[in-house]
Amino acid sequence: MYQTNYHRASSVDDAVKLLKSSDDGKLLAGGMTLIAAMKTRLAAPSDLIDLRHVGELKGISVAGKEVTIAAGTTHAEVAAHGELARACHAICHLASHIGDPHVRHMGTIGGSIANNDPAADYPAGLLALGATIVTNSREIAADDYFTGMFETALEEGEVVTAVKFTAPDQCGYAKFPNPASRYALTGVFVARRGGEVRVAVTGAGDDGVFRATAIEEALAGSFDPSALEGVSVSADDLMSDIHASADYRANLVVVMAKRAVAAAKG
Amino acid sequence: MSKVEMMVNGRKVAGEVEDRTLLVHFLRENLGMTGTHVGCDTSQCGACVVHLDGKAVKSCSMLAAQASGSDVITIEGLAAGGELHPVQAAFKEHHGLQCGFCTPGMIMAAVDMINRHPGGLDEKTVRAELEGNICRCTGYHNIVKAILAASGQMSAGAARAA
Repeated sequence: MYQTNYHRASSVDDAVKLLKSSDDGKLLAGGMTLIAAMKTRLAAPSDLIDLRHVGELKGISVAGKEVTIAAGTTHAEVAAHGELARACHAICHLASHIGDPHVRHMGTIGGSIANNDPAADYPAGLLALGATIVTNSREIAADDYFTGMFETALEEGEVVTAVKFTAPDQCGYAKFPNPASRYALTGVFVARRGGEVRVAVTGAGDDGVFRATAIEEALAGSFDPSALEGVSVSADDLMSDIHASADYRANLVVVMAKRAVAAAKG
Repeated sequence: MSKVEMMVNGRKVAGEVEDRTLLVHFLRENLGMTGTHVGCDTSQCGACVVHLDGKAVKSCSMLAAQASGSDVITIEGLAAGGELHPVQAAFKEHHGLQCGFCTPGMIMAAVDMINRHPGGLDEKTVRAELEGNICRCTGYHNIVKAILAASGQMSAGAARAA
């Protein structure tokens, strides 16, 4: 790891100030990706601004169907939150399968979506839920927020402070984990509100998380795994790598969508 | 350079370290506590697991500066007064180790797992919860047996105390 300068932010405003006064600073949430990237010298920020001790970035609130998760909330906290599980079990299920128990004690929802790894779980959840990403300066719809592989709509000096969404009528998440890394080789989150179904796919796209419209249309007619019999997804914009070909991932998208719907119907 | 201060196994410690110093290196090199191991250095193997403010974390994946002000427990802090912690005793009894390199992390992960499941554990849960700990000898069978035995013993102890 190259040299860096560590700063501990006391508030979001303080973090923004520290970030702006640094040469090439980065915000440090749980660090489960950033520290590993720094160790391999894939990242070399001049300054790290630690958000882990910022009180205003902690906590989950559930009021009826309205859910707000502060950006610094860890995966373990999301996974174990009883009230959230009653409102939207699938998001807890998703969080409980990120990495491993030790990673889930440090990694945060804000860190995950600020990084927008193409195989991370939360981007699929938030896109399918039609969530709103709240920052220190504005609110961004998930549809506009995830702009590509490791790319988001965040501007310089902008900090994710929370995500919020209205719990859908039914939702489910299924992922086929890479057997080595446990990142999603393909993960599919489905959410139904009345007759509207949103389906988001992570791990498979060539340019990060995306909505699978063919699957959405099939499920809008009948929210049942059987509605996906014979439905196929084009492999054109999917990823091919040593782990799986685009064709294999295209098949997995449909299989995982079926499992996600089955999970949603519980 | 950063001045870091933390409680390690109930003892207040302090040191001046480079900001890039990992917690595991602070423990091993500054404090000379070599019970916490570095296995893979890529955040996968879990040999470096310690407890930070009561939760299992990978000490190779956080900076010492991040841990400043926290309460850290390492494998050296488990045995009380020369008597093995129930999880350590169970690993000995059930031969939950072969080469022993992963053992400190396995035991710290096991204690955390048992704390989070006070009602007891089953084999499926233990195997799923060991996701972040790799045993290169592939000695999982006896590790799982040891954790189940310790969990049973500790839950029974808690029930008696209640």
